[in-house]
Amino acid sequence: MSAAAEATVLITHEVGLHARPSVKFTKLAKTFSAEVEVALAANGPWFDAKSIVKVMAAKAPKGTVLHIRAKGDGAGEAVGALVELVRRDFDEGVDHARTA
Amino acid sequence: MPEPLRLKGIPASAGYAEGPLFNLDPDVARYRSKATAADERLALDTAIGTATGRLAKLIQATEGDAADILEFQLAMLEDDALTGPAFAAIAAGQPADAAWRQALDAEIAGYETSDQDYFRARAADMRDIRDQVLRALSDDSAAAAPAGAIFYGEDIAPTRFLETDWSAGGGIALKAGSAASHVAMLARSRGVPMIVGLGAVGLGAPPADLVGVALLDAEHGGIVLGPTRAEVEAFRQSSSSFAARRSRAETFLARPAVTKAGTAVRVQVNIADPSDVDGIDVSTCDGVGLMRTEFLFGKTLPDEETQYRAYRKVLEWAGDKPVTIRTVDAGGDKPVPGFTVEEGNPFLGLRGIRLSLARPEVFRVQIRALLRAAVHGNLKVMFPMVAVWDEYQRAAALFAEEQAAFAVRGVAQIMPPLGIMVEVPSVAIAPEVFSEVAFFSIGSNDLTQYVMAAARDNASVAHLNSIRNPAVLRLIASVAAFGRAQEIPVSLCGDAGGDPAAIPALIEAGLRELSVVPAQLAMAKAAIADVSI
Repeated sequence: MSAAAEATVLITHEVGLHARPSVKFTKLAKTFSAEVEVALAANGPWFDAKSIVKVMAAKAPKGTVLHIRAKGDGAGEAVGALVELVRRDFDEGVDHARTA
Repeated sequence: MPEPLRLKGIPASAGYAEGPLFNLDPDVARYRSKATAADERLALDTAIGTATGRLAKLIQATEGDAADILEFQLAMLEDDALTGPAFAAIAAGQPADAAWRQALDAEIAGYETSDQDYFRARAADMRDIRDQVLRALSDDSAAAAPAGAIFYGEDIAPTRFLETDWSAGGGIALKAGSAASHVAMLARSRGVPMIVGLGAVGLGAPPADLVGVALLDAEHGGIVLGPTRAEVEAFRQSSSSFAARRSRAETFLARPAVTKAGTAVRVQVNIADPSDVDGIDVSTCDGVGLMRTEFLFGKTLPDEETQYRAYRKVLEWAGDKPVTIRTVDAGGDKPVPGFTVEEGNPFLGLRGIRLSLARPEVFRVQIRALLRAAVHGNLKVMFPMVAVWDEYQRAAALFAEEQAAFAVRGVAQIMPPLGIMVEVPSVAIAPEVFSEVAFFSIGSNDLTQYVMAAARDNASVAHLNSIRNPAVLRLIASVAAFGRAQEIPVSLCGDAGGDPAAIPALIEAGLRELSVVPAQLAMAKAAIADVSI
């Protein structure tokens, strides 16, 4: 029996799920073997979370509630890790601003 | 011998370059169709591999923002969702180049039609990706520019800029382009001369005919092709004088600004966007003398959180140094849809603090963001376009009300010192009416246009629009004297503050605090060092 998991998280990053965060997001998603998808609404449409083309195409601005779901091996860990990444603002706080 | 061709453009990165012109927009690269679909597929696969390899190599040699742009492009190129449609089109009988172009153009169109500026701007990255693969497909190995060339064309891709070796000189001259683009930012940080906006016609001749040496003056914004001997001589003189001024100015950058006579002058920077501070070493300036907030007011009115983050970022960058944020100065020549009103004479209409007071529900959002951000640094807030005391009082009262509401809810906040811009002549003439403000900041652009009755966006009256007119200078001197007598700090944040020709007059008028655009910081400090007061 394969595992499944689902969660939502608020995007607080200034310009939304944009280029740099999308790169981090999809890279992290690819480290899991589970099938991972994202959506801007509970009823979809769902996009492949491992494809930067699809994630960028979702054009999720700041303030969007991002829905993340996974099924298969490590589904729970995948959703947990991705939610954490969004919650940490993609690790782009003041530190990034200072070093950019 | 053909006549020299001369064109005017907009400086995007100051400097001079002399060299052959290199055409950025060659005729569409010729792709030779292959015999079978399998061969077409192989050709595209190989081209994508070549482009991917080039990007990966570039990333190794790059850091910071530029590396982020490339990482994004690489991730896109490695995504089957991007390349899949092109391979499907090949299977359906298309040649590789047409298949790739169609697939990418569909993606690009998706970005171009976004209603968010940020996503729309990514279309340029997608075009860059498209063209890199097209170049690899047609095996366009002849595309290397000679050393020291001046790149000329419609626009230049970030990857093209980054893979070019600029150590032998050279520059960029674009028909379109923007001084705010990624490439312009990179050009400034690497000292590569660049001008934009030469116009659609450009140099007029078919690119193949544009042979011979070109002179690029990216200090004033011009390019000459096929110059006369006298022009070359004059150009070389300007170029070496610029290099001497720049290297002399650089030695001043790291030091506090002091005149020949030992008078200290505080030099701050003007910024228009929080990211402007990313390239500035905070130790080279005395803080931010003017942070505009109009950038936040694009297509939609910004919420409190967006504003709070933008203000906080700059405050944390500045550390203990003061950051003076100006409440939104929309109206005049800066309309904001859904906020400003259409007027026959907008410079004399509902703009600056007048508009904010007329739309308190919008103003209160900004006030709340400022009160919260004040916790993170040394914030000062000023109101633009104040003409009468009542305006300051009403604005200050709104700050007090919002602060009281926050206090009840236990929200962390600090009331910043509240000052005003001196740009309406009524304030400059009778500053004593405003003796209770925390500070004055002279907006010399607007003050000059109002004193001289010469709109600053009207070229036919530009000769009247001089800060060095005795009437304008007398008002500035009178405000400076009033500030000194009452112990109210007075600074100046208009363009004149960074103009080496105006700086002596401003210091003579009694000013000891100037705020300039970051690019003028070094030159302004050098000009101050020449003043004998």
